Amino acid sequence: MTITFMMDGKEVTAQDGQTLLDVARENGINIPTICFHEATTANALCRICVVEVEGMRVLQPSCVVKAGANMKVQTRSEKVLRARKTILEMLASTMDLSDAPDILTMMDEYGASHERFPDAERRESEVKDDNPMYVRDYSKCLLCWRCVQVCADDAQYTFAINFEGRGFETQIATFFDKPIPETTCVMCGQCVGVCPTGALKPKREFLLEQGMSPNEISVLNTGRKKRKS
Amino acid sequence: MSDIDLSQLQPAIKKFIPLGRTGLLPALHAAQNIYGWLPESVAAEISKALRVPLADVHGVIEFYSMYYNKPTGRNVIRVCTDPACGLRDGDGLLKKLCGQFDVEPHQTHPELDLTIEPSPCLGMCDQVPAMLVTKGDRAIEDFGVDKNFRPKSLVGGTLRLLTKNCGGETTSLETYGGYTALEKAKAMSREQVVEEIKASGLVGRGGAAFPTGIKWEGALKAEGDAKYVICNADESEPGTFKDRVLMLDDPHLMIEGLCIAAYAIGASKGYIYIRGEYPYIVPVLENALSEARAAGYLENFDIEIRVGAGAYICGEETALFESIEGKRGFPRVKPPFPTTHGVFGKPTVINNVETLCNVPLILDKGAVEYRKIGTEKSPGPKLFCLSGDVVKPGVYEVAFGATLREVLEMAGGVMDGKKLKSVLFGGAAGAFATAEHLDVKMTFEDLRAFGLPLGSGVVMVFDETRDMRDVLKRLGHFFAHESCGKCYPCQMGTRRQMEILDRVAEGNPQEGDFVRLQDVGWTMTDASLCGLGQTAASAVLSAMKLWPDLFEVKS
Repeated sequence: MTITFMMDGKEVTAQDGQTLLDVARENGINIPTICFHEATTANALCRICVVEVEGMRVLQPSCVVKAGANMKVQTRSEKVLRARKTILEMLASTMDLSDAPDILTMMDEYGASHERFPDAERRESEVKDDNPMYVRDYSKCLLCWRCVQVCADDAQYTFAINFEGRGFETQIATFFDKPIPETTCVMCGQCVGVCPTGALKPKREFLLEQGMSPNEISVLNTGRKKRKS
Repeated sequence: MSDIDLSQLQPAIKKFIPLGRTGLLPALHAAQNIYGWLPESVAAEISKALRVPLADVHGVIEFYSMYYNKPTGRNVIRVCTDPACGLRDGDGLLKKLCGQFDVEPHQTHPELDLTIEPSPCLGMCDQVPAMLVTKGDRAIEDFGVDKNFRPKSLVGGTLRLLTKNCGGETTSLETYGGYTALEKAKAMSREQVVEEIKASGLVGRGGAAFPTGIKWEGALKAEGDAKYVICNADESEPGTFKDRVLMLDDPHLMIEGLCIAAYAIGASKGYIYIRGEYPYIVPVLENALSEARAAGYLENFDIEIRVGAGAYICGEETALFESIEGKRGFPRVKPPFPTTHGVFGKPTVINNVETLCNVPLILDKGAVEYRKIGTEKSPGPKLFCLSGDVVKPGVYEVAFGATLREVLEMAGGVMDGKKLKSVLFGGAAGAFATAEHLDVKMTFEDLRAFGLPLGSGVVMVFDETRDMRDVLKRLGHFFAHESCGKCYPCQMGTRRQMEILDRVAEGNPQEGDFVRLQDVGWTMTDASLCGLGQTAASAVLSAMKLWPDLFEVKS
């Protein structure tokens, strides 16, 4: 069934069941997203994709809210812009965004300052380099949950990682912080594939950044010497 | 790890094994009861027995503040440092206890097997400063704790409908007089019962004020092979303690309400989810349930008690479902709503303790008579929790429509003859009122007109000498501690809010802090995923309107 509603003062059409984000994208309206990923269940947790829907008390996450007939949606109202800018400024005050070019671009677009929150506590963490396949740097993690989701029932059913802490102190963690090889991890690499910020990085990329040469890495990586031909 | 004896664990968790994942919190409680904390080997054993992934078990232990994965004493003293206790030097009590036993907060005294820590609101705001001492015969001998501890119930007001059996000992089924309202309900059709509740105009008393009858109707009409009713007894809103009194003194009133709800929607199973900070109420409820079972009131329907483990967020209905299911208490995205997709994805009615206590009353009197209490738009009796600088703190039952002045006078007015500075209305998630609001009628409609939320009925009083910056600082710390961390606005916003409020309390705000605090507050209010984040700045924003100079940089 096709429905019609208003988005940013323009009449748009949607199929029943489509989200506001789907409809916006089809109509060339840019709504930013951070936690949203086609391959994972949408949790609507980053709230960067919120929009204003007439008659609703609070802003609505466009990644999960379905289009409805006669809705009136504003994707860039004053409230929306303030929320997006503040969320981005809080992110910059919390984590290392150096490996998150999409978010840096978003910050420019929304006029978000990197120094909005002076003396703010940051989420910092030691780099965890404990397995041959990937490196974990949770100082760069923005808690989008995608890695936990693909490791669990969105893809791999491995359940090697979950959370530790709560609130601001939440972090992705293994059982009692065990090194990856001691967990159920099967090195499928899906978590690395969906990480938006470089918090999870292939070991090879990490070592190249550390200044190692491809030859040095290939010896390290296989853990054995090359066969004589 | 090798010195952990696992032989006691199996018998203790055996009965939870058939439950699978939903048995996780009860199993962790049972294990912690034995070891005092949850060592890795114990967590691994529970993971295997209940077939829950290791990382998930760890995630659950980490989420709830009353589970410990580091060595912790079998005896724990938790001292409340939230606003009401803060007014009577809860911090001083914590410091004194730590000094007495020569430990730092959160540290464990190995010989005494004792840990002392600060705690969020213990629901004892009428008897401050409060502390909760848990566990063990040692605790009783060494720290002079009464084994049969039962906090006093201080009850007053102009009505005694909800509180007719409150103020003394626990009311037995015999004294209660049987579930006559349930019998009356069962003589009606399910639809008729739902209609009666709708006609009564009852709305939820937990804070959100959603019409109870609409909820019940939704769950009655929903398709489902199983349906559930839940009593939300996770009373954790700072300043709220009415449910504690209702459950301790008159457990049958709430249980009868729950049985009527179950009949109305056709539920075969009920839960009472009670916060972990109310361990002394659990045996009272268990005993009342046994009495009800023996009397035949729980045929074809049974009620299970679930005990929380230290998480304010689990009072949010969907987070509470997750907790029952054995998960971290993350709130879910709504819709879908609980009436169609509640606990285990099944149609569920979840009501607050006080809400359920109104139900037998409505059935007994009939909706028409019930509506004669209160106002047209806010019918019924209401419990208010008076705390802070009042002469007689306690639970006060009045009809909706009493003014703040009247209720304050019932409680003896402001202490020591001082003047009123302000009242925190509706809890930490509420707003501040001042002397200007004394004649506002306490109804949903009148309070709304003044931007004051009724919330869970909190009336926390501050006299003219109080420094509101200290109160705000405590609220800031409360929300930062209790944010679940799921959505960004609340996860980071509660921390940033706390940092700014700390500066304000020190009299040292920075240039731009006023606007910064406002932006964080508005962003949490507008964009957070659940009610916690949406109200985490409510009291702060109201204080900024009332006392803007508190937040200004002093030149």
